[in-house]
Amino acid sequence: MIKEHIVKSFDRDLESIQAKILKMGGLVEAAIANAAKALETRDLELAEEVRRNDKLIDALEDEINEDCATLLALRQPIAGDLRTILSVMKIAGNLERVGDYAKNLAKRTSILVQVTPIEGTAGAIRRMAREVELMLKDVLDAYIHRDAALAQDVRNRDEDVDQMYNALFRKFLTFMMEDPRNITACMHLHFIAKNIERAGDNTTSIAEQVIYLVTGETPEDSRPKADTTSYESKGEA
Amino acid sequence: MNDMRRVERAVETNDLKITARNVQVHYGDTHAIKDVDVDILDKTVTAFIGPSGCGKSTFLRTLNRMNDTIDICRVQGQIHLDGEDIYDPKVDPVQLRAKVGMVFQKPNPFPKSIYDNVAYGPRIHGLARNKADLDEIVEKSLRRAAIWDEVKDRLDAPGTGLSGGQQQRLCIARAVATEPEVLLMDEPCSALDPIATAQVEELIDELRSRFSVVIVTHSMQQAARVSQRTAFFHLGNLVEFGDTSQIFTNPKDPRTESYITGRIG
Repeated sequence: MIKEHIVKSFDRDLESIQAKILKMGGLVEAAIANAAKALETRDLELAEEVRRNDKLIDALEDEINEDCATLLALRQPIAGDLRTILSVMKIAGNLERVGDYAKNLAKRTSILVQVTPIEGTAGAIRRMAREVELMLKDVLDAYIHRDAALAQDVRNRDEDVDQMYNALFRKFLTFMMEDPRNITACMHLHFIAKNIERAGDNTTSIAEQVIYLVTGETPEDSRPKADTTSYESKGEA
Repeated sequence: MNDMRRVERAVETNDLKITARNVQVHYGDTHAIKDVDVDILDKTVTAFIGPSGCGKSTFLRTLNRMNDTIDICRVQGQIHLDGEDIYDPKVDPVQLRAKVGMVFQKPNPFPKSIYDNVAYGPRIHGLARNKADLDEIVEKSLRRAAIWDEVKDRLDAPGTGLSGGQQQRLCIARAVATEPEVLLMDEPCSALDPIATAQVEELIDELRSRFSVVIVTHSMQQAARVSQRTAFFHLGNLVEFGDTSQIFTNPKDPRTESYITGRIG
């Protein structure tokens, strides 16, 4: 923020909301990281922790929405303040979605530990989750520092996540064709990969909110997309 | 940013009503308005905002030559109403003020009856041929100012006996009675309660279908609610002038942002 408000309690309200967003961001980052780690190391306890912590994330989103509604009603923010509140509400929604994807990942982990692991996929999923986690960290930094360039960079990096997802998608198809006994595991792993890919998309939306917050304009160019699996058939795999 | 109100509140015209170019105003040694250019569109509400002493009221008063009444005030530059220079020596300021009416911060009804308050302008400008004509003008003006129903049974009562909000609407009725083309309002709601304010704001929106309204207001929310165009003045300069929706969501000048968001600017 460029300057302080004359009414200092306005600044305190805004800061408290932003502190909550950052706390929520930290929890979601950890959720994605831990969910991927639990999957790779087949750690049911860690998976359970991810599921438990999602309640905290959901509660924070509710709190943020309530705080925003109160601030809108009582302070009638305009210009940069208004954009802050609008973006905070959307970012909270996006973070909550990412938290849900992490929870879903943890849920599927408890099923996956009961079946034979698919060679080499857990590591790939871990790398993909790591990339999303880094994007999330950077986008939160971009938010704190009002850095539109960093947000744009995050937005561009979603392409890498999409490509990792494409590669995994092909791998799963191959495994399933090779041996139908792989289908259960592959289906779950595919949903996991898809969820991480969706988490990347939500992170990209957050990046767009940061750009709107800083510049007042929503990026109009269509963002780079590399998820081509909708066009693939098993023949090409 | 789209203005949702556009649907019902679109500015239907781009016709210029008033053009002001290189306007400078001095009060003695004080340079109150510094080289201001403003275009006021027809059938549009334009809001002037800015901190106290920024020159917004001074500028508003140049538009109907109210500053002529202040001896030490000098106005330079061109101000044209429908292409005609209003500072031309041939222009009669009294005639000009019939075309460019004004409503002030404090309701100031004449110490006369409600009827005579409204009839005063049309009488001195000879707008009514007979009593029936005048009655019609008075009723029409009071209706337009959304106060007819409240006063129709007591037109002979003194205007000063009305409530503050009613007095202000009476003053608006008085201002519209001479069929002005532009209505200048200098903080018309600052002495009114929220209900009376809402009534005046609704009225402003209705008046917009007939003429240009220029309103000076200290209430940012009011500027946002009633105007389609907003001008921000600071230290005698016009800092930013644009669509109201743009000014209040994404102002271009950091001074505008600081002021409207309540920061020290």
